Amino acid sequence: MSGATGVVSTRPRATSARLSRLPRQIRKYVLAAVLWIFALGFIAPLVWMVSSSLKRNIDVFTAPMRWIPHPIQWANYAEVWLGDHSMLRYFGNSLLVTSVSVAGDLITSSMAGYAFALLTFRGRNKVFFIYLSTAIVPSQLLLVPRFMFFQQVGLYNTLFALILPGLFTLYGTFLLRQFFIATPTELAEAARLDGASEWGVFWRIYLPLARPMLAALGIIRFVGSWNDYETPLVMLSDDSRYTIPLGLTQFVDGDGGLSAGLAMAASVSSVLPILIVFLIFQRQFVAALAFTGLK
Amino acid sequence: MTDVIVKSAPAVVQHRPARSRRTPTRVGWLFIAPNLLGFLAFTLIPLVAGLGIAFTNWNVVSGLGAIHFVGLDNFVELLGDPLFWSSALRTVGYAGISVPGTMLLGLLLGLALNTDVPGRAVLRVIFFVPHIVSSIAIGMIWLLLLDPGNGPINRILRGLGLSSTPGWLVSEVWGLPSLVLIVTWSGVGYCAVIYVAALQSMPPSLHEAALLDGAGPFARFRTVTWRSLMPTTTFLGVTMLISHSQGFGLIAFLTQGGPGDSTTVLSYYMYEQGFQFYRFGYAAAIGIMSFLGVLALSVVMWRFQRGRGLYT
Repeated sequence: MSGATGVVSTRPRATSARLSRLPRQIRKYVLAAVLWIFALGFIAPLVWMVSSSLKRNIDVFTAPMRWIPHPIQWANYAEVWLGDHSMLRYFGNSLLVTSVSVAGDLITSSMAGYAFALLTFRGRNKVFFIYLSTAIVPSQLLLVPRFMFFQQVGLYNTLFALILPGLFTLYGTFLLRQFFIATPTELAEAARLDGASEWGVFWRIYLPLARPMLAALGIIRFVGSWNDYETPLVMLSDDSRYTIPLGLTQFVDGDGGLSAGLAMAASVSSVLPILIVFLIFQRQFVAALAFTGLK
Repeated sequence: MTDVIVKSAPAVVQHRPARSRRTPTRVGWLFIAPNLLGFLAFTLIPLVAGLGIAFTNWNVVSGLGAIHFVGLDNFVELLGDPLFWSSALRTVGYAGISVPGTMLLGLLLGLALNTDVPGRAVLRVIFFVPHIVSSIAIGMIWLLLLDPGNGPINRILRGLGLSSTPGWLVSEVWGLPSLVLIVTWSGVGYCAVIYVAALQSMPPSLHEAALLDGAGPFARFRTVTWRSLMPTTTFLGVTMLISHSQGFGLIAFLTQGGPGDSTTVLSYYMYEQGFQFYRFGYAAAIGIMSFLGVLALSVVMWRFQRGRGLYT
C-alpha cells in the first residue's frame, strides 16, 4: 500500500492534464456513443438470428441484407414446434430435467451448506476438506465413470442419467456455505433457547434468510442445466429423450448444412425461456455471480 | 438486495462458525447426508474410478469382465502420440488467447459500464445476453454468419474490398481463430459484469488518496484499480482457464475437431477416444493429463497474484 502511493506521486501529470482539457461532458458523450455503437454491433448476431427466423430459407442470405423480413414467415415456428422434429418433446424433457435437478440441488445444497457453515460436529472439517479437494476436478474426467455407472445400473439413455448428478452440486454447496458463514450465529442460539429443534432453526430462521441466494443459485443452475450439451450427448441415444441443445442439432442436415430459417426459429425458441427468466431475475443472477467472484 | 449480498462477502472472516456449542454428531451428519450421498456417488467415486480406469484397457462393448490392468501403458502411449501433443498445443493456443482476450475486453467494458453512461442497465443486458445462450444456439448463429460463400460476415468483408475472404470454420487455418472469436464474444459480458461488481465494492477512499497525491487517471488505474482488481482477475483467470480448457459444446457442434484435426483440442480428443472409439482407459488418461496441466497453471496464477493485490 505504501509502495503504491510512493509510485503515484512520481507519475507524470502531463497525461491527466491533457485529458482533462476536454470538457467532461463531451468526454462522457463520446464514451457513450462509442459504447453504444459497439453494443449494437455486439448484439447484431442475435438480432440477425431473430430476423432470419422469420424468413424463408432462400431469403436468409439475400444481398443486400434485410433486417425486417419480407414476407414474414411464421411457418418456420409452426414447423419447428409441430413438425417432424417437434421441439415440444425436447422442451418437455428439458423442463423436467432442469426443474427436478435444480429443485433437488437447492434442497441438498442449502442443508449441507448450512451444516458446513453453522453446525459444529465431529468429522465436519474432514468431510469439507474432501469436498474442497475435488473442487477443481474437471467434469469431463467424471464423464467416463458416470457413463459406465449409468450403463451398469441400466439408466443409460434415460433422463435419470441427467437428473441424478444434477441433484447435488459442489458449486451450490460452496455458494450456500459462503452465504451462511456470513449470517450471525446469535439467531440460532436465541431460537434454541426458545426450544426450537435443529431442523426448525434451519427451516424457519436460516433458510428464509437465504432466499435471495437460493433464487440466484436456482437461476445459475437453471441456465447451466438448460444449456448443457455434453452430458446428454454422452448419456442419451434415443431421439425422443433429447433435451433442447441436443434437439437443436436435429435441424442440421446430414451433410452439415442448415435449413437456415428453421434453424434460427429453433434457436430463438430455445433461447426465449432462459432469456425471460434472466430478465426477471437479472439482479439476483448478477449478484450471485458477483458473490462468487469476490471471495 | 444486491448490495446486501455483495457487501456481506468480505465479512466472512469475522463470523467464524461458533466453536462454543457442538451439534450432536448425528444431527450434523443428517444435514449433510443427502448431499454427501450424491457427492460420493457422482463425484468422489467416479473420480477415483476415473483415475483407476486410466491404468486399464477397457472398452464398453466387452463388458466389465474385460477390464485389464495395464499399468502405465496408456500414459506411455500418450506421450508418444503426436495427436495428443498437437491437441495439447491447440488447447494452450485456444485457451491462451481466448481467456486473456475475453478478460481484457471484459475489463475495458467493465470500466466503461462503471461510469454513468446513459442506458447503462440496457447496455449491461446487451453484453451479458450471449452468456446465457446455449453453445448450440450460438453455434447455429455463427455457422450461418460465418458461411464462407453467402454468410453476411464474408459479404461485408467483400463489400469492404477484400478479395480473398477467410473460409472460417471450414478452413484449417481459420477454424481455431473462428472458435476463439465466438467464445470471446459469448464470454465478454460475463467478465464485464464480474469486474463491475468488483469495481463497485472498491472503497472510494483509495481513489481519493491517489487523487490527493496528484495521480493522473492512468497512474490511478495502474496503482489503485488494477491492483485492487487482482483477486477478481485471478478468480476469472482460473475459472475461465478451467472452463475453456474443457470447451466442448461449440467445437463438437461446429467443427468436430476438423477440418483435418485443426480444431481438435484435448477435450474433444478425449471425447473422440472415449465415446467414439470406446477407448475409455486412454480417454481417462487424456483427462488426467489435461487436469494436471490446468492444475499446474492455476497454481502458477495464484502464486503470481499473491502479494500483488491491494488488500491481501
